[in-house]
Amino acid sequence: MSDHPENDTAAKLERLATLCRDGGVLRDYHAPRWNEPLIMEQSVPGERGICVPLAEPEVTDAVGDPHAFIPAGLRRTEAPALPEIAQHQALRHYLRLSQQTLGMDLGSDIGEGTCTMKYSPKLHEELIRSHKAADLHPLQDEDTLQGLLEIVYNCGEYLKAISGMEAITLQPGGGSHAVYTNACAMRAYFADKGELPHRNEMITTIFSHPCDAATPAVAGFKVITVMPDANGYPDLEAVKAAVSERTAGCMITNPEDTGIYNPRIDEYVEVIHDAGGLCFTDQANANGILGIARARDAGFDACHFNLHKTFSSPHGCEGPATGAYLVADKLAPFLPVPLVGCDGTRYFLDYDRPLSIGRVRGFLGNWMGVIRAYAWIRNMGPDGLREVAEISVLNNNYLDRLLLGIRGVSRPYAEGHRRLDQVRYSLEQLKEDTGVGTEAIRDRMIDFGIQSYWMSHHPWVVPEPFTPEPCETYSKADLDEWAAVIKKASDEAYETPDTVTSAPHSQPIGQMRRLEALEDPKEWAFTWRAYQRKIKARS
Amino acid sequence: MKKPFVHPYIPNSVPATKQAMLREIGLNDVEEIYAEIPERLRFKGRLDIPEPILAERDLERHVKGLLDKNTSCEEFLNFCGAGCWQHYVPAVVDEVINRAEFLSAYCGGDYSDLGKYQARFEFNSQLGELLDLDGVANPIYDWGDVAGRSFRMASRITGRKRVLYPRTMSPMRLAEARTLCQPEIMPTHIKLEAVDYDPATGCIDPADLRRKLGADVAAVYFENPGYLGFIEANAAEIVQAAHAAGALAINGVDPITLGVLAPPGAIGADIACGDIQPLGMHMHAGGGCSGFIAFRDDDPIFAQECPLELYTLLETVVPGEYAIGEAIAERTSYGLRDQGKDWVGTASGLWTIAAAVYMTVMGPQGFKEVGETCIARSHYAADRLGQIPGVAIKLSPAFFKEFVVNFDGAGKTVAEVNKKLLAKGIFGGKDLSAEFPELGQSALYCVTEYYDQADVDELASALKEVLA
Repeated sequence: MSDHPENDTAAKLERLATLCRDGGVLRDYHAPRWNEPLIMEQSVPGERGICVPLAEPEVTDAVGDPHAFIPAGLRRTEAPALPEIAQHQALRHYLRLSQQTLGMDLGSDIGEGTCTMKYSPKLHEELIRSHKAADLHPLQDEDTLQGLLEIVYNCGEYLKAISGMEAITLQPGGGSHAVYTNACAMRAYFADKGELPHRNEMITTIFSHPCDAATPAVAGFKVITVMPDANGYPDLEAVKAAVSERTAGCMITNPEDTGIYNPRIDEYVEVIHDAGGLCFTDQANANGILGIARARDAGFDACHFNLHKTFSSPHGCEGPATGAYLVADKLAPFLPVPLVGCDGTRYFLDYDRPLSIGRVRGFLGNWMGVIRAYAWIRNMGPDGLREVAEISVLNNNYLDRLLLGIRGVSRPYAEGHRRLDQVRYSLEQLKEDTGVGTEAIRDRMIDFGIQSYWMSHHPWVVPEPFTPEPCETYSKADLDEWAAVIKKASDEAYETPDTVTSAPHSQPIGQMRRLEALEDPKEWAFTWRAYQRKIKARS
Repeated sequence: MKKPFVHPYIPNSVPATKQAMLREIGLNDVEEIYAEIPERLRFKGRLDIPEPILAERDLERHVKGLLDKNTSCEEFLNFCGAGCWQHYVPAVVDEVINRAEFLSAYCGGDYSDLGKYQARFEFNSQLGELLDLDGVANPIYDWGDVAGRSFRMASRITGRKRVLYPRTMSPMRLAEARTLCQPEIMPTHIKLEAVDYDPATGCIDPADLRRKLGADVAAVYFENPGYLGFIEANAAEIVQAAHAAGALAINGVDPITLGVLAPPGAIGADIACGDIQPLGMHMHAGGGCSGFIAFRDDDPIFAQECPLELYTLLETVVPGEYAIGEAIAERTSYGLRDQGKDWVGTASGLWTIAAAVYMTVMGPQGFKEVGETCIARSHYAADRLGQIPGVAIKLSPAFFKEFVVNFDGAGKTVAEVNKKLLAKGIFGGKDLSAEFPELGQSALYCVTEYYDQADVDELASALKEVLA
């Protein structure tokens, strides 16, 4: 072993860089391919996967036939056609499906921009699986939940410090749910001031997440969407033109999906405030600004974080997740009940909040995510959080350098400005030159054991988009590998485009066909029973 | 000079790596990237959070120390359900959802995350069998949320703005639905109106339902079993009355009952909603909840107005091979933003995989038996508790696992009873006295297959002592 680890590191980096230049880091990968039938097709009448407790003879003697308690018309007459399968065979089936899922732990999820696919420490999983966390009933006496309440209260205090906000709820079950909570809180605020229903317009931008438009619409607001100016920033003049005495507020992202930080964000806030509106910033992707900039300092009245993104919870095949919704004092009375309070020694649930919007979720929320976020923040500390942000933006700018050197890749907007945590690129040039677009490249890159990238939310304002977000989890070698895969796919598009358009080649299944079934009521089948009825009956 | 710290979760925190990367992009310092944020918007201080606990062992000790302050339902007997129920979670369920691939996956592509999509389709398919409905959507937050979304869905389908619900509905679920249906001051508000119940049974009063039905009613919502535990005896009549008025019938349902209870499809419901938490989720202090929506698929309007993601089987270039794709995706908020059907977002994917495994290992026999055990042991418990002086069992004797226990005859409040039970290592039933004052000092008790006869006997003796 060398006494000079830094020298070793440099040598290793050099070797990896050479490999990258030569395309040598590309893996000769093939996904597991089990040809695994649907579980419903594996049923063997009579088999079973588990025995369940049966009522004791004394119990049965005392109560008689349990079915007799069910009113006659409400007894199940036909057993559900669930699979009948022994336990090993059931386990093996789902393990095979897990193997046919690349997932983040095994793969490289740099491409899933706007998702912040960071490492989720395994210790956290041990903690939340303990019966002291997993086997708690939400309505237990508060005295028996003091540890959980302490964690949630303190995690809330940390998130307040990170955002500069003054109050918090951890009830929402995801990021979009927290954004919805904001729309409801703003609605309640204006109802309380007697300004509803006339103050009924919410302003957002096209590069803000779709939920920033969708959830205020669900809350009853009319949504105005501002398009970008020539530089990719939300058009300030358009915002000025949009505000009026009907403006309830704005719900926007900064940096937006493009990764561009809007340096005049406080002016936008001022325009909305001058019109009497409130300002919310969607901080689903806060990774690049931890300890660097705070929503409250830019004048925002509210913001949110996704604990499954910035604060390390595993994404779990899309949930369960936790949304942290934070507000300035003026919105605090409207937060959903209950909030977690502390009287100095004891933690408690506070339901006595007469102006509250009520509830957005039952019980307390997905506090598994809060336990993980708490552990992660405690592990990082103030300097660690800042390091997370700095390495995220460094990784992004390093990857940016590599990607912009690849034929067919461009980065629209804000020429000369650096992006923070992610970038929306365009393959428009590649498409023009070769006919190969972003969807084909997405389906080719997975042949190298790299998770397919996120293209863009709809509509595609940036043509042929893709949006990587190389957060602090990824090493330089990971970034080099990712860029090498995109370069390989681009080279193929120019030289042997069929290789790309016929992809994927090394996945569990071949290329999908007859996609019209997705839109056709006669063909779509949301369940196996529907499939059997519609498709099999026809053929 | 401060020694640089290399964090185990941040490989590029190695100074040499940082320098190499900065050199590659022609910068000296990361601060040059942050020049994009104007000085006036920069946070100048150091975040006011505690110093780090770096060693994994130390962090484990710290967080475990906090969690140890909780008392779990493994340590105490728990007879509280009320929307989050303690059922047994088969070990094989936890084994599958703790697989790194499932745990860490997000929204990867149709090919690279095929297994996730297949598990999701198999979840939908199995729940469809339990519910006797062809359309099952990807679940989201919890029962109250999907109840509200079902009301909105029914309102869009019928173009009507009033929904009837049973007065015995869980107030917590109702609060979530109310938030979704907007306050009255909003022009797009959907009016939610309670239907009275028969005080003897808890079931919906058919006469009051008929009185309140009208040409502006989008849907009649009923629960089976109801929040207060009873089986809704008038389910068929409710569905008929709703349909006769041109309204939809929405059946809120606890799916673990469906090995023995008639499913929503057979009852004639147009839409079903409920929570999959009983199907293999630990309670997680309520975090185990996850709400589903299912519907008839004989008319495409139900799928088209369903706000949640839908998945269908597809073909591939290889004959006989299945792929899974998201159907009619354009209608969601990801497709249409504010013009979409409500919104979708990160929901409860891992729980759907847990429930898929649960339904598979339980099979038709397991669901039948768990239903029989829940009914038998809860009725045994009700019999035992009902024999205690001062205790009365209220509402319909037709219940599945939950029942109302009244303490008025003992002259004690539920709060007092529960405090004393707590001292004996028992979590008592949910206090209903604020939610349903007309039931007096009543609590909602829950007995599932998780607790055996001896546990129930222990509860009965403890309660007897407490009330003596």
